[in-house]
Amino acid sequence: MTEGQATQFPHGADIGIRGTGTTRAAAFEQAAVALAASVADLAGISAADVVSIACAAPDDRLLLYDWLNAVIYEMAVRRMLFSRFEVSLQDHRLEARAWGEAIDPARHAPAVEPKGATMTDLKVEQMRDGNWIAECIVDV
Amino acid sequence: MDRGRLRRLSPNEWQIDPSGPMRVPAVIFADEALIDAMDDKVAEQISNVASLPGIVEAAYALPDAHWGYGFPIGGVAAFDPEEGGIVCAGGVGFDISCGVRTLLTGLARADIEPVKLALADSLFGQVPVGLGSKGKLSLGPGEMDAMLEGGARWAVARGYGSDEDLQRAEEDGVAAGALVDAVSDKAKTRQHQEMGTLGSGNHYLEVQEVVELADPDSAACFGLRQGAIVVSIHCGSRGLGHQIATDYQREMAIAMPQLGISVPDLDLACAPIRSELGARYLGAMRAAINCALANRQIITHLTRRVFGHFFPHAKLDLLFDVSHNTCKQETHRVGGRERNLFVHRKGATRAFGPGHAELPFALRPVGQPVFIGGSMGTRSAIMAGMGDGAEHAFASACHGAGRQMSRHQALRHWHGRQVVDDLAAAGIIVRSRSSRGVAEEAPGAYKDIGAVVDAAHNARLARKVAMLAPVVCIKG
Repeated sequence: MTEGQATQFPHGADIGIRGTGTTRAAAFEQAAVALAASVADLAGISAADVVSIACAAPDDRLLLYDWLNAVIYEMAVRRMLFSRFEVSLQDHRLEARAWGEAIDPARHAPAVEPKGATMTDLKVEQMRDGNWIAECIVDV
Repeated sequence: MDRGRLRRLSPNEWQIDPSGPMRVPAVIFADEALIDAMDDKVAEQISNVASLPGIVEAAYALPDAHWGYGFPIGGVAAFDPEEGGIVCAGGVGFDISCGVRTLLTGLARADIEPVKLALADSLFGQVPVGLGSKGKLSLGPGEMDAMLEGGARWAVARGYGSDEDLQRAEEDGVAAGALVDAVSDKAKTRQHQEMGTLGSGNHYLEVQEVVELADPDSAACFGLRQGAIVVSIHCGSRGLGHQIATDYQREMAIAMPQLGISVPDLDLACAPIRSELGARYLGAMRAAINCALANRQIITHLTRRVFGHFFPHAKLDLLFDVSHNTCKQETHRVGGRERNLFVHRKGATRAFGPGHAELPFALRPVGQPVFIGGSMGTRSAIMAGMGDGAEHAFASACHGAGRQMSRHQALRHWHGRQVVDDLAAAGIIVRSRSSRGVAEEAPGAYKDIGAVVDAAHNARLARKVAMLAPVVCIKG
């Protein structure tokens, strides 16, 4: 995994998530961390299990959309919460691993249920300082 | 909202005249206070909707409108397939056919009060809520397809209700034209363990008391009396609907250049109604409507079982079930002629007036019940479709109070434990696994529902019938 920062920003009824990092892959990882943190406190989620995720898209923005939706899908069908991600990118193909554990509603007390990543303000860009930013609004 | 672009048509109606790519005006229903408090993004988003191909008459934003994605939440637009009209996945929303149904318990506040805490615990224990909860029913492939085609009718056939329930739901509890093959395997997998679950966020099951009768005659027709206890269930098509929206949003965004469509916001990605992709989305969306109807029917069954334990003679008749995230094919009179339109309502409730042929016979004298949901500590409202012969916004009314504060802002203002304690001191019992979720949904994070209801009433979108106060609230 690479260094980066995961943050959330306000959006009307939903939640904005932002990942930044020194590489495009790091920004994608941190965007997923921000998504996971919108659901539950990451400190309470153990990295007991690992899930492999792969997706591909025509461009960077749709790849971010697909990546976040893939994480949401795995959370939903496996009933898992994640706390750590490792992403590798080749052009517009993504391979990733996500670490987490089965949801324990009483212990994790998840605050929201992500329904899907939206295309509003979807952004994947390299900034002037060379770092990458990946942003998305998630419907909850 | 900056009033610079707005032209006031009446005390509760404001217009943005067409400019640039807009094909029709954008109209916002709100009083002065609501319009001033409304986010500028609502004006931007409803103007974008007004630029979509085949839009008819105007793009409408209702008094509870707030910043969404693509369409504002509280947005209505109708499209004519004869004029290249489109269907837009973002114009329906992720939680397809999210809606409210209200049950009449026949009980009074005095009946509930002695068992209120036990009732709250039992409802919280029996109705699966929140992320990670599982329904007690898991559907194999054949049953999944039968549910997606049969809606509430499927649920009733399996013992989760009665034929009388079906008569009190839009389209008799089943949306025609569902295409199960247009629903991805991922969507079906996501729904596998989610039948009969409430979900999270702003979804709830609430025990409520009728505290005000604004229109006693209409209230009597709806079976509402002062002090009566009702149960309202707010949820939708769960993971299946979320996945269908995700799948088709992506497919439409990629297909638009080949379809010759460009939009100002990718969340308005759309396809012509008369295209293979448009038809496929409509079929999948109707399957999701059926999933939502079946889901609310199963939760109704669970609720009846709990009430049956405490009150063996309580029947919990269904007053009505309405969805507020849909696209429906309807006939409306526009430009002096009847037109077959595809009406998108995103965070907006259909509100047919008295006498409408699609209403159950017993409700025709009064019009369709319209449920306006509050938030835990705040009141909810029951309204009715207008009977003045002049429908507004394609016979649509608002669906809730609408947020006035983001989840981020709400977390800075409130702590969940304090919200629960304050509400308990006011006699309202809240049950939720998430303290943070409660803080994000704090009553103060929403607009004043009274102002929203009054604006809808004064704009003649619907008329006020009764106000409900929460007694028990089960939150996801």
